Amino acid sequence: MSGYSAYSTTVDAAPLGYGEHAGARGHGAGGPASARIVIGYGFWIFLLSDFVMFSCFFAAYAVLAGQTAGGPTARQVFDPGSVAIETACLLLSSFVCGLATLAVAGASQLWTHVALLVSGLFGFVFVLLEAREFAGLVEMGAGPQRSAFLTAFFTLVGCHGLHVSLGLLWLGTMMAQFYAKGFRRNIRHRFLCFSLFWHALDIIWVAIFSLVYLVGTVL
Amino acid sequence: MSRQTESAEEFAFADDSAPGDEASTADIARGLRGYLVGLFLAVLLTALSFWAAGTHLIYGPAIPIAIAALAFAQMGVHLVFFLHITTAPDNTNNAMALAFGVLICVIIVFGSAWIMFHLNHNLMPMNQLLQVQR
Amino acid sequence: MNILGKLTWQAIPFDQPIPLTAGATVIGIFIAVLVWITVKGYWPYLWKEWITSVDHKRIGIMYCILGLLMLLRGFIDALMMRSQQALAYAAPGYLPPEHYDQIFSAHGTIMIFFGAMPFVIGLINFAVPLQLGVRDVAFPTFNSVSFWLTATGALLVNLSLVIGEFARTGWLPYPPLSELRYSPGVGVDYYLWAVQISGVGTLMTGVNFVTTILKTRAPGMTYMRMTMFTWTALAACLLIVAAFPVLTATLAMLTLDRYAGFHFFTNEAGGNAMMFVSLIWAWGHPEVYILVLPAFGIFSEVVSTFSHKALFGYRSMVAATMVICIVSFLVWLHHFFTMGAGGDVNATFGIATTIIAVATGVKMYSWLFTMYGGRIRFTTPMLWSLGFMVTFIIGGMTGVLLAVPPADFLLHNSMFLVAHFHNVIIGGVLFGAFAGMSYWFPKAFGFRLHEGWGKAAFWFAFVGFYVVFVPFYVAGLLGMTRRMQHYDVPAWHIWMVIAAFGTLILACGAACQVMQIIVSVLRRDELRDLTGDPWNARSLEWSAASPPPSFDYAVLPRVECLDAYWRIKQRALELGRLRDEPDYKPVEMPRNSPTGFICAAFATIMGFSMIWHIWWLVGVGFIGAFATFVVFAWRDIPEYVIPAAEVARLDRANRDARRQALETYLAQAE
Repeated sequence: MSGYSAYSTTVDAAPLGYGEHAGARGHGAGGPASARIVIGYGFWIFLLSDFVMFSCFFAAYAVLAGQTAGGPTARQVFDPGSVAIETACLLLSSFVCGLATLAVAGASQLWTHVALLVSGLFGFVFVLLEAREFAGLVEMGAGPQRSAFLTAFFTLVGCHGLHVSLGLLWLGTMMAQFYAKGFRRNIRHRFLCFSLFWHALDIIWVAIFSLVYLVGTVL
Repeated sequence: MSRQTESAEEFAFADDSAPGDEASTADIARGLRGYLVGLFLAVLLTALSFWAAGTHLIYGPAIPIAIAALAFAQMGVHLVFFLHITTAPDNTNNAMALAFGVLICVIIVFGSAWIMFHLNHNLMPMNQLLQVQR
Repeated sequence: MNILGKLTWQAIPFDQPIPLTAGATVIGIFIAVLVWITVKGYWPYLWKEWITSVDHKRIGIMYCILGLLMLLRGFIDALMMRSQQALAYAAPGYLPPEHYDQIFSAHGTIMIFFGAMPFVIGLINFAVPLQLGVRDVAFPTFNSVSFWLTATGALLVNLSLVIGEFARTGWLPYPPLSELRYSPGVGVDYYLWAVQISGVGTLMTGVNFVTTILKTRAPGMTYMRMTMFTWTALAACLLIVAAFPVLTATLAMLTLDRYAGFHFFTNEAGGNAMMFVSLIWAWGHPEVYILVLPAFGIFSEVVSTFSHKALFGYRSMVAATMVICIVSFLVWLHHFFTMGAGGDVNATFGIATTIIAVATGVKMYSWLFTMYGGRIRFTTPMLWSLGFMVTFIIGGMTGVLLAVPPADFLLHNSMFLVAHFHNVIIGGVLFGAFAGMSYWFPKAFGFRLHEGWGKAAFWFAFVGFYVVFVPFYVAGLLGMTRRMQHYDVPAWHIWMVIAAFGTLILACGAACQVMQIIVSVLRRDELRDLTGDPWNARSLEWSAASPPPSFDYAVLPRVECLDAYWRIKQRALELGRLRDEPDYKPVEMPRNSPTGFICAAFATIMGFSMIWHIWWLVGVGFIGAFATFVVFAWRDIPEYVIPAAEVARLDRANRDARRQALETYLAQAE
């Protein structure tokens, strides 16, 4: 190995860059980063693109929120009680997913599956409540085809709900993979991605329940 | 794919953290404490938001701003306590990426709103009246 | 409910001779190629080495081939448009309006989404990992999925020629025209699904390369030692990650309007059609910078190589690139100054638009100062770069003119605008893509392209471009609107005729490009690149063999400075010998995978059945795509190992060739 750069002794071998991390892997001077970092970072970038997509739906909602076309307004269709329960469900689901992260780090099959199951159940209750809310709105004639406000509402909140549903599918797959293949490195990488996804969905829900539901009932 | 670096030992500095990873995952008690503090703060901020929406103690027109501020704070709680995004040097890439994403989101939301709410600028007042109904 | 949804025999244009003939010809060629491959027994090779490949070099080449084919298809649309407008003065021309509208819509859609984007992404795919000194991108299988999803989109758009129709809305389907009420056919649906599906692929490419560039680089390669092409690829991929979600969201909103009766952009129930315009251009403006920034990067590489000089002002180039990256997100309203946002808003975006031109000016000066004092070789890539500099400056200046809102009120959607954006896209993106193609061709295939045909292609393209588009500027200033199927203003006619002749010159250029490839393949032994460094270049990819082995580098190079390969060469010349042979180790490479191809096949089925409302087939497609993904996620052995002996054999072969070249050179120098 040292023969490969036999004549680099005349060159300043100290890495250029910033601070004590200049020589770290993934900082250029140290060569490529480890697989966990690469996978986690890549998924993080994808999540940020997902945030951008949600911001478009938020922007559309902001523009169209007042366009009720003579139909139901926000105050008439939003139910703060149901929203509070949904918020609690997602928050607890996120917290328990954090516990699952600890369980995976400790490589405990029992606690991993318990935590993931509980987290999934909270998520499932969230989806059920939201589906019930949507069905109820459609039944009372406040479906997405009624007005631009309702279109924007159903799309924004529905897109989030769709992400949660796909996340539950993913969670089930993760449970199956942990059970079948144990705590193999690449499965732990995928779980890192899943936990990023799950927490990010809760962040988006914070924006939704605050800026859509709560502000909607106030204005 | 061979991701292992071929660099020599003199470059044995601490690696970056993957986003979502804590600096030291070995200490479970510490990790648990972090998640509990995060949960507590999040519950507190959520409760405050719901309270703010219904209270008369805050000046009316300021309530949406109060709710937005609480939401923003709660997003920060999630990022720090659940996603472990910090300002430490091993998290620089993750924080920079987040900052970039947030910048784009802000530009899209506020830029779109600014444009759309100006589109009736040169039209008759009646249309502007409809715009104000929010 | 009909089992085939809306699909009937009426979808095939038996009563329209032009699409019928065109479609039959293309299908005929396609079948002929498939038959030839089968007869020659090439399927195992194609499947193993190309279709299921996750190698960034192979994927990059496939992207470029797709881009070139689609550029040709888009050019044929252009030939039809020019001939129609040349003939249609106070006359109907030969293309009825329903048909003409589809042609200009297809022209724009194909050129941007399936011509320019794949070509640029292909060059990024091929060159960036090599320039970073690593073996592949961060997520090789996703890379394959990205390519095949893009190909799916291209397939769907081309299917619309023979089954159904294409959109008639222009390349950006503004509502209310694109809503169901005013476009009840399948045309807009073809557009929506083709662009949405390929958009997913492109977003994955953006994520892939941001991660690759920021997290996987050779040891010693800090940010300020990356090549300019890598920097511009990073900026472009950051823009992809930031902008493509906006496209996804906006097209999803239009899709929901059309399929589910939602009211985002409808006239009734409170929808706002103008919001589509605002959101789609919030994507659309970054999109053109996604296209042009890598082209700028290519020019930096080419100009410095063929001026035999390091790039002037590297730091300011990097800064200018990142400034363009950020500011490109602050200008999108300049595409709709006339929509009525008022003076304050218009002025803000107009000023931001002129600011972004400053950063490009910095780049222009850097290229000029790089050439100044250098020893310039007028090879084909260098000609494309010089042509770019002249052409792009003119296009940029007309852009700054259009950035002034009062001027834009007169010129918006006129032929002046059409001239401007073709000026910058052709002068910037197309010339850049061709420069990159001729520059990296020897690295990809092991032999150079024929210089004579390449230069002929350049001159025909350069002259042809001006003959077509200067008349457009004139016609625009004379008041001609874009997208006119016929007109009766005598002053415009002569300019349309001249432009039509210009397309014939461009067609000669295209023919020369094709001839260049054919002749180069036939004469490849004369044009062979033996050492891997045919141009005496400066960056790391030229230290690999031509073509590089599957693993790119036997040992990841240690990078000590900018223009790393130049330093390596200087040292070799000083010391009279190559670097010591490295310590060869076994190399792990990702396994090829059919995931990309199969996912895309299911995506094609999903897209086609969504377009024709064949709901049960949508379910089949979705389940298939999901199942493919699960199967891929479940595989146990994602990598294979190349033994050290094989690595050594391949590397030593290249070292022998280089040693010979070095010794020959030194012997001549004495």
